[in-house]
Amino acid sequence: MTRKIRNFGMYFFLTVVSLLSVFPLYWMAVAATNKSVDVIRGTLIPGTYLVENFKNLLSLAKVGPAMTNSFKYAIVCTLASLLVCSLAGYGFEIYHDKIKDGVMSIILLAMMVPFAATMIPLFQMFSSAHLLNSTLGFILPSISTPFLIMMFRQSARSFPHDIIEAARIDGLSEIGIFFKMFFPTMRSTYAAAMTITFMNAWNNYLWPKVIMMDENSITMPMLIANLTEGYTTDYGSLMLGVFLCTIPTVIIFFLLQKSFAEGITGAVK
Amino acid sequence: MKEKKKKFTLSQKHNATGWAFLTPAALLIVIMSFVPMVKALILSFKTGVGANMKWAGLYNYARMFQDSVFRQSLFNNFFYLIIQVPIMLVLALVLASMLNNKNLRCEGLFRTMIFLPCATSLVSYAIIFRSLFAVDGFVNTVLIKMGILNTGYNFLGHPWSARIIIIIALVWRWTGYNMVFYLSGLQNIEYSVYEAAKIDGASPFQTFWKITVPLLKPTILLTTIMSTNGTLQLFDESVNLTNGGPANATITMSHYIYNMSFKYVPNFGYSAAMSYLILILVAVLAFVQMKVGDKRD
Repeated sequence: MTRKIRNFGMYFFLTVVSLLSVFPLYWMAVAATNKSVDVIRGTLIPGTYLVENFKNLLSLAKVGPAMTNSFKYAIVCTLASLLVCSLAGYGFEIYHDKIKDGVMSIILLAMMVPFAATMIPLFQMFSSAHLLNSTLGFILPSISTPFLIMMFRQSARSFPHDIIEAARIDGLSEIGIFFKMFFPTMRSTYAAAMTITFMNAWNNYLWPKVIMMDENSITMPMLIANLTEGYTTDYGSLMLGVFLCTIPTVIIFFLLQKSFAEGITGAVK
Repeated sequence: MKEKKKKFTLSQKHNATGWAFLTPAALLIVIMSFVPMVKALILSFKTGVGANMKWAGLYNYARMFQDSVFRQSLFNNFFYLIIQVPIMLVLALVLASMLNNKNLRCEGLFRTMIFLPCATSLVSYAIIFRSLFAVDGFVNTVLIKMGILNTGYNFLGHPWSARIIIIIALVWRWTGYNMVFYLSGLQNIEYSVYEAAKIDGASPFQTFWKITVPLLKPTILLTTIMSTNGTLQLFDESVNLTNGGPANATITMSHYIYNMSFKYVPNFGYSAAMSYLILILVAVLAFVQMKVGDKRD
C-alpha cells in the first residue's frame, strides 16, 4: 500500500515538474498567435492572430537580416569550432607527451576565466583590428573552447591505435588518418559538439551586444531584447519574435537530443 | 643502428604533426583568453578615457568598495548563488534519481519535457518570464481571477520579489541541464547496487543519501563548480528580466560592468578592476569547492 502511495507521489511530482517546465514555452507559442489584449486576458488557447502579429513584428524590427545574421554567425562558428577543436583534441591525445599534457592543463585553466574579465581588452583589440560588426569578430573568441577540446580528447582516447598503425602502413598521411578514419568513426561526438556549439553561438548575447553596433549586424536575441524597450508592449508580436528566436535551437535539440546526452556522458567520464 | 635512427625521425615527425594539430586551438585560447586577461589586469591599475589613460595604482580597487551600486551587485550575485544553486542541484538530483528508476513509465517523455527549457535562449526565457510576471501578465491575471489579488502586483517593481523571480527563472532554465549530467553519472553506477539495497529493505530516501549522493560526488562537484561559475557571471537575465531594476536592486556584477564600459561614459579601468574581482571569486570558490569535495573521500 505504501508503495502504491509512493509511486503515485513520484508520478505526480514528475508530472507537475514536467508541466511547469513546458508551460512558459506553451504560453509563449499561444501568445504568438493571439491579440495582445487576449494575451493580457490570460488566454491559453491558440488564436488566429498570427499573420497580424507577424506583420506588426516586421514593422517594428528587421527580422529578416537578424535571422540571417544569427544563422550565418552560428553556422560559421560551429564549423570552425568543430574543425579546430577536434584537430586539437585528436592531437593532444594521439601524439601525447609530457609537454603537450602540460599545455592541455594550461588550456583547461581558461575555463575559469570569466568573460567579463576579457571583454574590454577584446573589444579594444577587435576595434583596432576593424573586426566590429563582422562575422569574424563574432566567432573568433568562441572558436576554440577548452570544453570541446576536452570532449574530443576523451573520444580520441577510445579510438583504437591499431587502426592508426594499419592506416600508416597503407601509406595514409597523418592528416588523412584524421579526416578519413577518425572523423567518420566519431560521428556521435561531432553531433554532440555541434549541438552545444550551435546553441551557444545562437544564444550568445553579451559579446554581440558589445561588438555589433550597426543595426544591420544584430542577432535575433539582440532584436527581441530591443523589442521590450518601448513603453507599451505588444505581447503578440513580442512573443512571436521570442518564438522565432527559440525555434532553431529547439529543432536542433530534438534532432540531436540523443547524441547530446551521449556527448555529455563522454565529458563526465 | 640505422633502424633506430629512422624510428627516431618518425617519432619526431609525429611529434611535429601533433603540435601542428593543436597549435591553432592553443593559439586562439592564448590570444582570446590569456592575452586579454593580462591586458585587463594592466587596465585595472589605470584610469581615464581612450588614449588618456594614466596609472592610478589601486585607486580602482579602493573605489569598488565605496561604490554602493557595485556592493549591491556583489550582494545580488551571492544571493542568487546561495539560494538558487542548492535548490536547483537538489531538485536536479532528485529528478535524475527518479528517472533512473527502471520501472518508471514514460521516462523519455518526462526527461524530454524537463530538459526542454535548456533549448531556450537566455534572452528568450528572460523575456517570457518578464511577460508572465508583468503587472498585466499571466500570473497576475490568474491571481486576480482566483480572488487572491484585487489589482496586479508589480512583481518586478519590488526588490525582493524581483530577486525571487530571477531565482525562479534560473531554476526553471537550468535544472534540466544539470539533471542530464546526473543521469549520465547514474548510468555509470551498476543498477544491481540499487536492487541489492531494495532487497536489504532500504527506503528510497536511504538509497538516495547512502548510494546515489556518494557515488555521484564527482558529478555533483562538477555541476557545483559550473553553476557557481555561471551564477557569478549572470548577465542576460539581469538585463532582460528586470533590467537591473528597480533602481539597481537586482543588478549583477557583469551587468554593472557592461553599463560602466559600454552604456555610460566608458570607464575601462574601473570596469577591468571589477571584472578581476569576479575572476578572483570564481577561482577562489572553485578551489574551495574542490578542497571540500576531496575531503569527504
